[in-house]
Amino acid sequence: MAKAAILSYIKRKSLVHELTGTTKLIFFILWSVASMVTYDTRILVGMLLISVLVFKVSKIRVRDISVVLGLAAVFLVLNNLFVYLFAPEYGVEIYESRHVLLRIAGPYTITAQQLFYHLNMTMKVICVVPVALLFIACTDPSEFAASLARIGVSYRAGYAVSLALRYIPDVQREYQNISQAQQARGIDLSSKDKFFTRLKNSVAILLPLVMSSLNRIETVSNAMELRGFGKEKKRTWYVQRRMQRNDWLVIGFVVVILVVDLVVTFWDGSRFFNPFL
Amino acid sequence: MAEPIISFQDYGFQYTAQAEPTLHHINLDIYPGEKVLIAGASGSGKSTIGSCINGLIPFAYPGKSTGKLTVGGMEPEKSSIFVLSHTVGTVLQDTDGQFIGLTVGEDIAFALENSCVVQDEMKRIVDEVAKLVDIEHHLQYAPHELSGGQKQRVSLAGVMVDEVKVLLFDEPLANLDPAAGRMTIELIDRVQERTGAAVIIIEHRLEDVLWRKVDRIVLMDEGKIVVDMPTRAFLSGNALLEHGIREPLYLTALRYAGIPITEELEPQHVDSLLLTDKQIAMVQDWYQSAAKEREGKKEETELLKVEHLSFGYTAEIMNLRDVSFTIKEGEMVSIVGRNGAGKSTLAKLICGFEKPTSGSIYLAGRDISGDTIKERAQRIGYVMQNPNQMISRPMIWDEVEMALLAGNMTAEERTERVEETLKICGLYPFRKWPVSALSFGQKKRVTIAGILVQRPQMIILDEPTAGQDYHHYTEIMEFLKELNEQGFTIVMITHDMHLMLEYTPRAIVFSEGELLADTTAAHVLNDPELVKKANLKETSLYTLSMKCGIDNPQRFTERFIEYENEKADLER
Repeated sequence: MAKAAILSYIKRKSLVHELTGTTKLIFFILWSVASMVTYDTRILVGMLLISVLVFKVSKIRVRDISVVLGLAAVFLVLNNLFVYLFAPEYGVEIYESRHVLLRIAGPYTITAQQLFYHLNMTMKVICVVPVALLFIACTDPSEFAASLARIGVSYRAGYAVSLALRYIPDVQREYQNISQAQQARGIDLSSKDKFFTRLKNSVAILLPLVMSSLNRIETVSNAMELRGFGKEKKRTWYVQRRMQRNDWLVIGFVVVILVVDLVVTFWDGSRFFNPFL
Repeated sequence: MAEPIISFQDYGFQYTAQAEPTLHHINLDIYPGEKVLIAGASGSGKSTIGSCINGLIPFAYPGKSTGKLTVGGMEPEKSSIFVLSHTVGTVLQDTDGQFIGLTVGEDIAFALENSCVVQDEMKRIVDEVAKLVDIEHHLQYAPHELSGGQKQRVSLAGVMVDEVKVLLFDEPLANLDPAAGRMTIELIDRVQERTGAAVIIIEHRLEDVLWRKVDRIVLMDEGKIVVDMPTRAFLSGNALLEHGIREPLYLTALRYAGIPITEELEPQHVDSLLLTDKQIAMVQDWYQSAAKEREGKKEETELLKVEHLSFGYTAEIMNLRDVSFTIKEGEMVSIVGRNGAGKSTLAKLICGFEKPTSGSIYLAGRDISGDTIKERAQRIGYVMQNPNQMISRPMIWDEVEMALLAGNMTAEERTERVEETLKICGLYPFRKWPVSALSFGQKKRVTIAGILVQRPQMIILDEPTAGQDYHHYTEIMEFLKELNEQGFTIVMITHDMHLMLEYTPRAIVFSEGELLADTTAAHVLNDPELVKKANLKETSLYTLSMKCGIDNPQRFTERFIEYENEKADLER
């Protein structure tokens, strides 16, 4: 039942945890924009250092999130591989020069420019991943909806996030129970059966699950209406915390980063920092 | 007299989706500060009355109404569900579903958030209300860390933040273990004393609600109010039995002893009973007139043997610790204990859904530890609480046949087996019907048939009668009894003390992962210490026997059950 969640809120005491959810959300969004926009290596190195520092401060350990980090690494490698396979000369095009380091076969050669391009691309991802993971691992789920509402998302949409967090574990437990009971009636979901049989068998679990979820939805929506959800245009939040000095400092900081990032990146009219010319 | 806070005048209601009206000519006034119990069998319209009061009708369930209804001076139809929610606070039956917040604090604050109350004020009110319902030390807890009773207290707090004038409880006891149910009733009483709100409880478990004083009982049947009387007068009549509601046990026992129930008896609570010496003598006579102890049981062979079984989902917390017991062939046994005591875990281990940390399970002398779920299912069937959790085919025949399709029976063999099973379960006339055309009790039969079709030696049922009124309860239990008489071994996980007493001679009691007792059902309920440890509740028979100076309450309870069985046999 209580299996280790892959990625969830990890309660610790740290400066990052103390920031309000709103601050972390704004930071995450602006930070992502900053790293998406630029290919400027100098900026990326700077951001990379900062994100490592933030990670240290958060007191989240690498092994807490090792599963997700592993997944991210796999996707990063795949991403790099495919970019190279489909555009082995992309770096040459961007940096307008060509230093061949190694010839493989046909159009595939390894150039310094292409490697440099891959390095930049990888750094962009590495800048964002820790911040994204920290946003999830350091934000109390109760605060998600309130944070979304504060940056202007409708509270109805924001509350949907909260409800999902609230009821997903219940539905998982229900799924587990139903699936066990159905297995006891000869419904086999293991890989022994043919694909089509398995598909048909999974219906035997999904139908009861859907039926019971529909019942649950009725109860939940009745309970919410009976307690006045949707009465006013706005609502207040029990868990929302006031913005502290640190919150403003962090938001100020990320705005500065973004501005510096935009200025440095577009100063010379190109998103790329070119050491080859 | 004061103005009624709720007033139905010749009110009728028909759901848009239904061909017939659900409520007919309802005349009912409820006054501020009153405590009213609305009782009735399933489908009697009692829940519909509740929905009319809190505004779910007409806002969530549209339909056509006739006559007049006012709630707190407003007509619901001209008002809104939100405005009504400031007058009527509703606690629903499903303790999990209505828990909306991620933590206790948030859930209590939910209504305040929706009213845009500022945060400081909100925190103050939440703390205050949490104290009132005794949950103030759990404000940071998530729902899965709470017991059913605690969740219900949170729901109650969540509606009390609004200083409502009416508190409406829709079957508040359905999902609770007996002790938690009793605490809920006590809490409702306390809250009413503090707030002076009118309390309406919709429930068919009459005796449990009457644990605390109730001013008035309204009995519904087929969409009409059939009786509306003060509790004392109500219990003196015969209305209950005629309308499918179970009378409190102590009153039934008095009737058996030949004592007519009159108002002078003060029948509203077992503690308030005023019995004359003559009446006490009548009870004693009835007790002593018992037939001699039944002859010893016939020799039985061992079917299931559990030895030193331990299990934990994580290494630190053990959900079951060193459990050993045996079940004989042809037995009917109850497994009881509070929520989380390890009852369901035990069932999962027996069925092979989980692997034990240590210990072994033998079936008919053979260690089945190595058997897969599928192999065990041939011999041990497991029926979930809610039939909707199991039914996965639209047609009855297909649903029952499903388990056979995986095996290697020929089509003829399957047909024969399914027909035979449908006959055992009394479903043969419906064999070509869709499942959706059946009542809840019949669906339950279909799920049992779906298990029986594999011809297991033993069936484990999780809460077979949860949420069922007396009529359906009797229907399901008599069916299980018949199966048992045909030789199936039946094990039931249950909260229902009546069920345990009436149908299972033997009970296995769990508490906090340990086997606390393995004894007769009558003994369990007459051992105050055991009752307390396992979160059970002694029956009113225990109190009655004390009152009548009978020194062996356990024997008194047994006498009661024997008498009931004899009576049932005579009627047959």
